[in-house]
Amino acid sequence: MNNFSYTTATTAKEATGVRKDSAQAAFIAGGTTLLDLMKLNVEQHPQLVDINMLPFKGISETADGLRIGALERMSDVGENQLVVQQYPAISEALLLSASPQLRNMASIGGNLMQRTRCTYFRDTAFPCNKRNPGSGCPAQTGDNRGLAILGGSSACIATNPGDMAVALVALDAVVTLENSKGKQRRVPLLDFHLLPGTTPQRETILEADELIVAVTVPAAAHARKSHYVKVRDRASYAFALVSAAVGLDVQGGQIQSARIAMGSVGTKPWRALEAEKLLVGKPATEASFRAAAAVAVRGAAPREHNRFKVEMAQKTIVRALQEITA
Amino acid sequence: MDIEPRFFETNGPGTGGVVGQPLNRVDGYDKVTGKAKYSAEFPLQGLVYGVLKGSEIAKGKIQSIDTTAAMKEPGVLAVLTHQNLPKLAKTPNDQEGKKAIGAPMGFLPLTSDVVHYAGQPVALVVADTFERATHAASLVRVQYAVEKPLASYQDPKAEIFNPEKVQDDKTKGYTRRGDAQAALASAPVKHSATYTHAINHHNPMEPGSTTAIWEAADRLTVYESTQGITRTQKSLATMLGLPQEQVRVVTKYLGGGFGCKGSSWPHTVLTVQAAKAVNRPVKLVLTRQQMFTGMGHREDQTQTLQIGATKEGKLLALVHEKTSTTSPWDNYAEPNSRIINLLYDCPTFESSYQLARANVMTSTFTRAPGEAPGSFAIECSMDDLAYQLGIDPLEIRLRNYAEKDPTNGKPWSSKSLKQCYARGAELFGWSKRNPKAGATRDGRYLVGMGMATASYPVHNSQGTARVRLYADGHAVVQSGATDLGTGTYTVMTQVAADALGLAPDKVRFELGDSRLPTAPNSGGSVAAGTVSSSVYVAAQEVWQKLKKLAIADKKSPLYRAKIEDVVVEKNRMVLKTNKQKGEDFAALMKRNEMSDIEGTGNGKYGAGYETGLAPGPADSGHQDDKGGHSMHSFGTHFCEVRVDAELGTVRVTRWVSVHGAGRILNAKTARSQIIGAASLA
Repeated sequence: MNNFSYTTATTAKEATGVRKDSAQAAFIAGGTTLLDLMKLNVEQHPQLVDINMLPFKGISETADGLRIGALERMSDVGENQLVVQQYPAISEALLLSASPQLRNMASIGGNLMQRTRCTYFRDTAFPCNKRNPGSGCPAQTGDNRGLAILGGSSACIATNPGDMAVALVALDAVVTLENSKGKQRRVPLLDFHLLPGTTPQRETILEADELIVAVTVPAAAHARKSHYVKVRDRASYAFALVSAAVGLDVQGGQIQSARIAMGSVGTKPWRALEAEKLLVGKPATEASFRAAAAVAVRGAAPREHNRFKVEMAQKTIVRALQEITA
Repeated sequence: MDIEPRFFETNGPGTGGVVGQPLNRVDGYDKVTGKAKYSAEFPLQGLVYGVLKGSEIAKGKIQSIDTTAAMKEPGVLAVLTHQNLPKLAKTPNDQEGKKAIGAPMGFLPLTSDVVHYAGQPVALVVADTFERATHAASLVRVQYAVEKPLASYQDPKAEIFNPEKVQDDKTKGYTRRGDAQAALASAPVKHSATYTHAINHHNPMEPGSTTAIWEAADRLTVYESTQGITRTQKSLATMLGLPQEQVRVVTKYLGGGFGCKGSSWPHTVLTVQAAKAVNRPVKLVLTRQQMFTGMGHREDQTQTLQIGATKEGKLLALVHEKTSTTSPWDNYAEPNSRIINLLYDCPTFESSYQLARANVMTSTFTRAPGEAPGSFAIECSMDDLAYQLGIDPLEIRLRNYAEKDPTNGKPWSSKSLKQCYARGAELFGWSKRNPKAGATRDGRYLVGMGMATASYPVHNSQGTARVRLYADGHAVVQSGATDLGTGTYTVMTQVAADALGLAPDKVRFELGDSRLPTAPNSGGSVAAGTVSSSVYVAAQEVWQKLKKLAIADKKSPLYRAKIEDVVVEKNRMVLKTNKQKGEDFAALMKRNEMSDIEGTGNGKYGAGYETGLAPGPADSGHQDDKGGHSMHSFGTHFCEVRVDAELGTVRVTRWVSVHGAGRILNAKTARSQIIGAASLA
């Protein structure tokens, strides 16, 4: 770990101003990923700006849905009754994440910025295009059991490991960003994370001087009937091998609208738009679910150790859809 | 500097019968309140911090090491490499040195420019804070001449060889009993299966750590996270060329070990050398990452087990082969064949070990070394055989029940496995099991039920203890044992309480200091048996001295009694023939103006010692055949597993363990140990 300075920002402008001047500085909220990576020497920052004093708080019902302040903690959002009742997939995803200790610390904004668990990324003895652009990607032929089958490139197949972002992407969440000029913009979460392509070091569309202010989720029938299923090696305190966030609006046995996203299979939280379209107008049956799940993994490019994910992802989607229609 | 374990509260007076009781841990209060000091928690004056830098490559040579940037950092006292580290009197780099030191590994890092494995220490940075040392270590630049490494025996380029012996010469590379190949060839029923295990890492909650302080130029104290202070003391004394008594090793508490703290690994002596180099006490704690390449592991391995049997399921032949990875210097393989050879009655047996050298450190004992993977192989194969023949898995085990030790024909000292099977089956509801595979379902879950036999040898060992009994009715009992966290403090307190006729809260048991009487490693389940017998023998010496005092004391009711006619009842000495006549030790000692009285004892434990004719050095182990009996504990496990038929996720939902493990010293710690072992599996 390098020496670094630590300052506390009391306004968004103060915080984003620091990053405007020094892109090497980093914001710190819960610090559950950042400090880990700094200790591993994967990230080096000369300055940390504590943003916990910023007023990005609150979990509230708005005219068209849910608004979560970026500095809310995972545990508080996961246990919030509005979220539990109206957006169950988000609550389930949060409460299946990490450990209670981590959930008590980690912020919503920080969780969206969570970095990959690819072991080559986290071990500085190895080359890694994400950490050190152009150095190579040993994961392509190395130990890639946990890595992505969708959205990868020859430069990177690192998985986005989160749970919450999968549920949020499924439910059309939008992130509100603010820059050092105080200007805000709203971006669908689906477009927030970037595919690795030839620049895996760039993971989101966030500009250097931008902060995540809030996440909003539109209210919808498929959000009220949503569900998150996480499959992993251990029953708790483990990252997903595969996960699925789904939402369904079924009227008289017919699917009116559907939402499907997958976690730990893509280089970003993976929305299955084609599969959703296929379900609309179909009966809510296992056959429909299986057909949609097959479409969801279309184009998968598994490597030596993660072939199982192609089948497991489909079964997980089917399981999640069955459980909300049961 | 010494910390004082507290006395603890119980309600009862010294009524005897303390052994076996589910007494709460005597050190529990200190542990949960943070008062218990683990080895890395001793605040020494002038303490500085050591951090190891590991090699980024797995094979090659160090061409140059640039320490300039690291040395410029504030607070950095030294960057030690193979070029400037003080020389040792002896290293394990040759077989003679390795043996003399008792080193697990025939190679000590920082003694040459050769890199044999990834993570091998190539520099040790010492600074005034841990953070500064960590940062400076990241600034050390090493240039390597990189060679292509080999990671495992599974690499097609690996050269497999047949070692004459494995496990540091303790186990033969090839054993046979009868003609197993012929018996297999002619057996009416055959079964063959291959079992592959990945590397297992111990990674106990408390990582390896050393805090070294040179009290004088030739006198050293080491606070070490070790399962064996004597072994560490001997290793260090040999490497440093010091008399053993000039090296003091202290381990008051351990946060687990699972075998990786059973011997002294490179970081220990390197920390000692660093302390010498900077002339300050140095503390070094391995990081969680370094624990994967710093203190051994269970080797990756493949076993093939072939079984020949009759149609009734009676074993005729067992042929076992194991192939595993070893380091560039040592022929280590955990001895899987032993358990396979003795678990069931089988007239023929053959076993061979194959090794391949790869760029890994030497593997070492990992909880139940050999017994764990060996049992896995034979028990899975017995199940397969039962399935193949349509015989109940429990029944096929009973048909092959070994009434004597098949390896040497000796009778067991005790074996209650049949009772364990019966009790386990009853508690578990084995009779309700549907033997048809895939036939038992609960909703989306496939429900499976299985059982297996468990056994672990009683290793021979001996140790010493000291008892000091005070006239005011309390006692301090000491032995240089260690407590892995499994309850040594507690069970020894119980043993001493009964041996002295005191309430357990009047006994304080001290351990974990090489200044105390010598005890063996806490490993291989020898500590409880050895130290408890040592404590008992030491208490007997106290009584013997008190009896002599009483019969020579005119004021004693036992005056002029024959010593053999005096017996001890709780805390009193009485006449065998008239138990009303006697007195308690406190009255006798007070009258004789004695504040305290001391006794020492050498306890011996295991089959090798049952006649008293086969003494061996502490720590030697595996001398069962010197005794008239074979000594093993036996037990059985039954479990229920649910598998999600679609997703393949597995949950263990019920577990029953029944063991015949000898005298239980503490029902609570014994239960915890069984739960821990079953969970680890």
